[in-house]
Amino acid sequence: MEKNTEKPIKKVLIVCSKGSLVDVYPSLVMANGALMEGIEAELFFTFFGLDAITKKTMHKVCMTPVGNPAMRLPGTTFPFPNIIGIIPGVSLLATWMMKRTIEKLDIPTNIEFIDMIRAGGGKVWGCKMAMDMFGLKKEDLRDDVDGVLTIGEFYARASADTQIIFT
Amino acid sequence: MANLGGKEVEVNEGGYVMHPEDWDKAVAGDLAKELGINLTDAHWKVVDYLREQHGQGIEMSIRKLGKSGIVDIKTLYELFPGGPLKYAAKIAGLHRPTSCV
Repeated sequence: MEKNTEKPIKKVLIVCSKGSLVDVYPSLVMANGALMEGIEAELFFTFFGLDAITKKTMHKVCMTPVGNPAMRLPGTTFPFPNIIGIIPGVSLLATWMMKRTIEKLDIPTNIEFIDMIRAGGGKVWGCKMAMDMFGLKKEDLRDDVDGVLTIGEFYARASADTQIIFT
Repeated sequence: MANLGGKEVEVNEGGYVMHPEDWDKAVAGDLAKELGINLTDAHWKVVDYLREQHGQGIEMSIRKLGKSGIVDIKTLYELFPGGPLKYAAKIAGLHRPTSCV
């Protein structure tokens, strides 16, 4: 199946608004996957999603087992008890386990993923308003970030054959 | 069926060669031409590597290829525009990559 439609998508603009590991990965997988299919891809990091491109925090993107009923105790179907999830270190342990699985499956780290997306011609933007709120400057972001945009400037990058995806 | 490399070759609906034994360099050349690609030594390095890895039963991903020392990811996109891994695999007579990464 090479082409399903007469008018395929030419570009995806993906908004990454949340900063936990399991929120950041879908944006990265979709952006990279688009590029590999010959679809242009641009990522717009806003609010807590900015963690994934901020130099000081991008190595610390982690997951939390709290408040997620689909998160099970390893090897069982029992929901991970929130009360255990709040114990210091449990989030780090869950993150470590998830990262180990990711590496085993030959999936890049969140940082390497953005390297791959940049190498494939994908663009990476920071959100101006969220950066103002968090007191972040362009220099605080990865050096290879293409720039900082307002939402209006971001929309201006779309055309009729573009899809905007919010995660 | 498709006429590739001067013979009839069975391909699937995506145009991927169905039977590995049908593949040869002339077939690869025609598959590349369909994709608007003129095969150079740099392309062959990638194609040969994919075939060699496939022969060893290794499922290739763009990440593995980028780390292979054969080609970096940026160059791979330049060599096979519009489908760095899938076009390289197609020209190499392999099936469409199944990895999401």
